[in-house]
Amino acid sequence: MERIVIDTDVLIIGGGTAGCFAARTLGAREDLRVTVVDKAAIERSGCLAAGVNAINAYITRGRTPEFYADYAMDDANGIARYDLLISMSERLNRCAEALEDEGLVFLKDAEGRYAERGTRNVKINGENIKPLLARAARRQPNVRVVERVNVTDLLVAGNRVYGACGFGVEDGAAYVLRARAVIVATGGAAGLYRPNNPGFSRHKMWYAPFNTGAGYAMGIRAGAEMTSFEMRFIALRCKDTIAPTGTIAQGAHAKQVNAAGEVYETAYGLRTSERVWGTVEENRAGRGPCYLRTRGIGAAAEEDLYRAYLNMAPAQTLKWVEAGAGPDARDVEIEGTEPYVVGGHTASGYWVDVHRATTVAGLFAAGDVAGGAPQKYVTGALAEGEIAAESAAAFLDAHPAGAVPAAVEDQAEAIVAGYAAHLGVTTSRAPVVTEQVEEAMQKVMDEYAGGISTGYRYNARQLERADEEIRSLAPLVDRLRARTPFELLAIYELRERLTVCRVLIAHMAARKETRWHAFAERTDYPEARPEFEAYVNSRLEDGDIRIVLRDLVGKGECLEHLDR
Amino acid sequence: MSISIDRNRCTGCGACNRVCPGNLLALDAEGRAKSRSPRDCWGCTACLKACRFGAIAYFLGADMGGRGTTLSVASTETEHAWTFTRADGGTRTIVIDRRTANNY
Repeated sequence: MERIVIDTDVLIIGGGTAGCFAARTLGAREDLRVTVVDKAAIERSGCLAAGVNAINAYITRGRTPEFYADYAMDDANGIARYDLLISMSERLNRCAEALEDEGLVFLKDAEGRYAERGTRNVKINGENIKPLLARAARRQPNVRVVERVNVTDLLVAGNRVYGACGFGVEDGAAYVLRARAVIVATGGAAGLYRPNNPGFSRHKMWYAPFNTGAGYAMGIRAGAEMTSFEMRFIALRCKDTIAPTGTIAQGAHAKQVNAAGEVYETAYGLRTSERVWGTVEENRAGRGPCYLRTRGIGAAAEEDLYRAYLNMAPAQTLKWVEAGAGPDARDVEIEGTEPYVVGGHTASGYWVDVHRATTVAGLFAAGDVAGGAPQKYVTGALAEGEIAAESAAAFLDAHPAGAVPAAVEDQAEAIVAGYAAHLGVTTSRAPVVTEQVEEAMQKVMDEYAGGISTGYRYNARQLERADEEIRSLAPLVDRLRARTPFELLAIYELRERLTVCRVLIAHMAARKETRWHAFAERTDYPEARPEFEAYVNSRLEDGDIRIVLRDLVGKGECLEHLDR
Repeated sequence: MSISIDRNRCTGCGACNRVCPGNLLALDAEGRAKSRSPRDCWGCTACLKACRFGAIAYFLGADMGGRGTTLSVASTETEHAWTFTRADGGTRTIVIDRRTANNY
């Protein structure tokens, strides 16, 4: 393989929402060379490809950052980090204003203030939000953007990061990215479970299907501590298109109703997890399908919804037009998605301190890959990108460039040799191909680790089976062969997902309670238990996942990794 | 696949290939855009907006309610004109001014 070596001061892995904003922030540090690496082109990569419906994390008039942090803490039933939520919330509105500076259109009221929707949201036209963020990153003279390079592994020695390795998904070259500090911003993990539409439309899912948990997996292998993987996220979505429901629920004040037209949401609670749980339970009790009650909203409201969805999820408008019946004529059917691991909505991800430093020196995390701070949405991811950028710069100021341990070069050699091994000559009629292993993984997770087919429910015995099966799949990956770099990408995405699945199962097994309905619904421990008012954290040690329960970081407390 | 590419309109400029967040599009042997993994399209429509020749249309798989209607878009700096073309040939266009925000 051709080898390309890039030297930089700060390496940002993932040019999505958080990564682009981290690059924009580091533009102020002209003395630092910054490299953003993404496996696709940053114009539409990450979660925001189609657009976004609203700014969903905003401190509305008369409210405070504490209001937002309290909301997120309650929605997570107490298992979130108040220190992270407050430091994020304090920056939300400035990040929204930065988006407007970059050209995003906001709806304004008569006084020129942002038009609010509910208590935490403001209205925008979010269709072009990602191209605007990409432009902001590219505009910085000290920022280099390296696209179509899939990063697979961090280079770590003595618990300090020295860069990362990847391969070009078009050019097939090996990339050794040497850096003095690294910000991981790769997003969360989709595609672990069998999806709602498992056939032709398998990628019509809520979360970005190209977010495959790479950032989690590389951190896990590097020995970084992870938190709260068991707090899975399941989105309540429009059936089939898996388009957002919030726009209808909040914009048109539509209630969740069962087939008999009864409003059921109040019977189960209004937390994010409870809205999903209620829908599952109504279906289990034979009272489905469930809907958002939109009938009679009027032609003008329907037209507004057609437009709003074209700006973020065009499939839904297409579905309405295709059916010849829009939301004014027919209630919108809803369903839960397959589970995801995503730290922007729940709290799964790297165990970071208030500066977004991970437990590996020089490695910072932002956005969906960073744990402890749910309900980030776009502005929260921007806030974390900004904090991580500031912290990475401060780290470099405090740690002048020094010698790189020889072990790092050996590590890079081994990683690159791994790519080359997969690209070796294909033996005739290989019995196992990447897609088969991926389907096997999704089936195991669905049936034994609380997927759609079990109503998201699971018990200890099922998790043991899931662990056994997932472990048996991992060795198959080493034998998979790729004819092209694009096929190599699929192999590494599968490897990442299997790593995330293993850690997810270990976390789910460790939390012996039902803290969040649907998100972590245990049939053997159906209630919340006081001894689990703690974070479930993990670290890979000598090939084993070691679980540790950590005390809650309460209000007024602040976690700092003091040895950094 | 949830996009279809009109080979007569495609000029092989590669704009769709460059913008796809899943690296799914590539030029085939004849220099026309082609999806190399049809089932892996997320449906973000980035390629539709990037194509200056109107060569790409979006459709729903039958497993999610698709019954033959396609969606295409003509984009300028100031607007997206989205056109729905039904299987029977009937069309409907919704023009969105990019400088206006959602009412929802």
